[in-house]
Amino acid sequence: MGAFDFLMQGLATAADPMLLFYALIGVTLGTAVGVLPGIGPALTVALLLPVTYRLDPAGSLIMFAGIYYGGMYGGSTTSILLNTPGESASIITALEGNKMARKGRGGPALATAAIGSFIAGLIATLLLAFLAPTIVKLALVFGPREYFALMVLAFVTVSAAFGDSALRGLTSLFLGLALACVGIDQLTGQARLSFGQAELLDGIEVTTMAVAMFAVGEALFIAGQRDQHDDEVTAVKGSVWMSRSDWARSWKPWLRGTVIGFPIGAMPAGGAEIGTFLSYATEKKLSKHPEEFGQGAIEGVAGPEAANNASAAGTLVPLLTLGLPTSATAAIMLAGFQQFGLQPGPLLFATNPTLVWGLIASLLIANAMLLVLNLPLIGLWVKLLTVPKPWLYAGILLFATLGTIGANPSSVELGMLLGFGVLGYVMRLYGYPIAPIVVGLILGPMAEQQLRRALSISQGDWSYLLHSPIAATLLGIAALALIVPLILRARGKGQVLAQLAGDED
Amino acid sequence: MSDLQPQTKRRPDGAALVIAAGLAVIAGVMLWDSARLADLGGYSGVGPASVPRVVAGGLLGLAGWTVLAALRGDFPERPPQRVAPVLWIVAGLAVQLLLLHVAGFSIATGILFACTAFAFGKRNLAMTLPIGIAFAFVVWVVFSQLLMLHLPPGPLEHLFFPGG
Repeated sequence: MGAFDFLMQGLATAADPMLLFYALIGVTLGTAVGVLPGIGPALTVALLLPVTYRLDPAGSLIMFAGIYYGGMYGGSTTSILLNTPGESASIITALEGNKMARKGRGGPALATAAIGSFIAGLIATLLLAFLAPTIVKLALVFGPREYFALMVLAFVTVSAAFGDSALRGLTSLFLGLALACVGIDQLTGQARLSFGQAELLDGIEVTTMAVAMFAVGEALFIAGQRDQHDDEVTAVKGSVWMSRSDWARSWKPWLRGTVIGFPIGAMPAGGAEIGTFLSYATEKKLSKHPEEFGQGAIEGVAGPEAANNASAAGTLVPLLTLGLPTSATAAIMLAGFQQFGLQPGPLLFATNPTLVWGLIASLLIANAMLLVLNLPLIGLWVKLLTVPKPWLYAGILLFATLGTIGANPSSVELGMLLGFGVLGYVMRLYGYPIAPIVVGLILGPMAEQQLRRALSISQGDWSYLLHSPIAATLLGIAALALIVPLILRARGKGQVLAQLAGDED
Repeated sequence: MSDLQPQTKRRPDGAALVIAAGLAVIAGVMLWDSARLADLGGYSGVGPASVPRVVAGGLLGLAGWTVLAALRGDFPERPPQRVAPVLWIVAGLAVQLLLLHVAGFSIATGILFACTAFAFGKRNLAMTLPIGIAFAFVVWVVFSQLLMLHLPPGPLEHLFFPGG
């Protein structure tokens, strides 16, 4: 059977009323949290993980994917109307979108963002469906050394390649790797770094860590800021419909954004924001109205919004086919799979095709739902923007602790939530990125296991790692991704990299 | 966050030196812990203690690098912070942690809610505390009774659900 047949079967699975309902909950929640300033999709999925312990795996995963897509849609609304991006992938949208809103063109800006997101999501999800079987075939020849090399590459790109400082990215990564060592060693059963605490034997919960970093750390950071003014929401005036010239100026940026965003999401190269920067630069160069950029050019909204949705779909390629998360949200979704005893990767396509293809097909459905949710119902979401900060953050912390208590009502777990929350605050304060520590914690044990398996096969011969051309190439790229940015920064060309900072989503 | 503009100041950065010391301490703890593990490397030569040692080595290196960066003043300028609101939230979390098993989910979490609202400028505890406790109680009912999550009950929960 080809990808097309699988996709049709998947659509049949996803059309189950219960699963449709989960998808609807997912996209609604996702849009809501995307709209709310301060919480991104990574946090929402982390908060929901404990709540879904007792739900059906397929439904929960479909819901998580819906949150991811919905968060990408909702973020654009905040950027355009509030000039405060709800998630890092929407920073660029704020540049042009907010200018458009201030000129009374908020409606068309929201429309081009929503339709662009829909088209990009549609194309990128289809690409995911047709690429996945090929990558799965490739991945089946991967042994431990290839997986190890792939993970090293992911470590380097997430921590050191982008962002304004390799030092702070690597420090964050190594803190994550250190935390990953806590607990029982998978191969020999010895307790490491557990200091006699029974709770630590199972290791540090990824969800506790993620919730602490994203919810508690962020709340502390915002609370500590000096100027506590509430940002002004620009009202949507006039029609949300786009004029003929808006369409003419939008459709090419949509397609170009998709082409740029998808591969960047699919490569183990960090979050969705990089694609949005590249798309913005491209549109600025190709535009017939370059003078409008910075004053509210519709191309500057259409392209980056398409790019960020395309890379969200792209991120699912390595996650589903290789089990490799390349962004914080993907890392948390991986934890979601593991919660149900499922390990994403080539084997999952063989052992549980109904689940995988149902998930992919439901992304298509979720995407269509989002278009409906975001265009006619936009007024509803705008109301969410006016929730005052005290209630918003009090509610966020209530649900953050609810998730942790629900998963494990122990004082040690809550103590860790508090401790990591303070750590997250300090890291934000000193400009340390958050994604590497989360990715380090979740990928660390997997990388260690693959390395030790590979070395068992070679009986301790390290050169075995380089004897496979695939592994050698991957490690070579990883070395380049570490060294080239260091040289660029040393020569004072770090500005571009700092702009590509991989932030939390 | 990434939009901080580094203001190059040519004087050692005290806070960065503290971070470097913290990294070195973590590395030390990892090395100490790995020393007591029996290194059952087996065929691979890589045992349970190897990876913690490599990570500890990396942390030591990064601590050194942080010291260099601190001496050269490479660390970005910190946004000015107010301490009181941060402490209010930390205190709220700590109180919730201590009271959770004594007073139950609703009361402990209601206090956290009120403390957080206080930190963000809603100073009227006589209003926020009851709102917080009521809201937390509704959440408790939904999640523990409908979604079967185990959330510690206290006097308030027992009053309304004597069985649970």
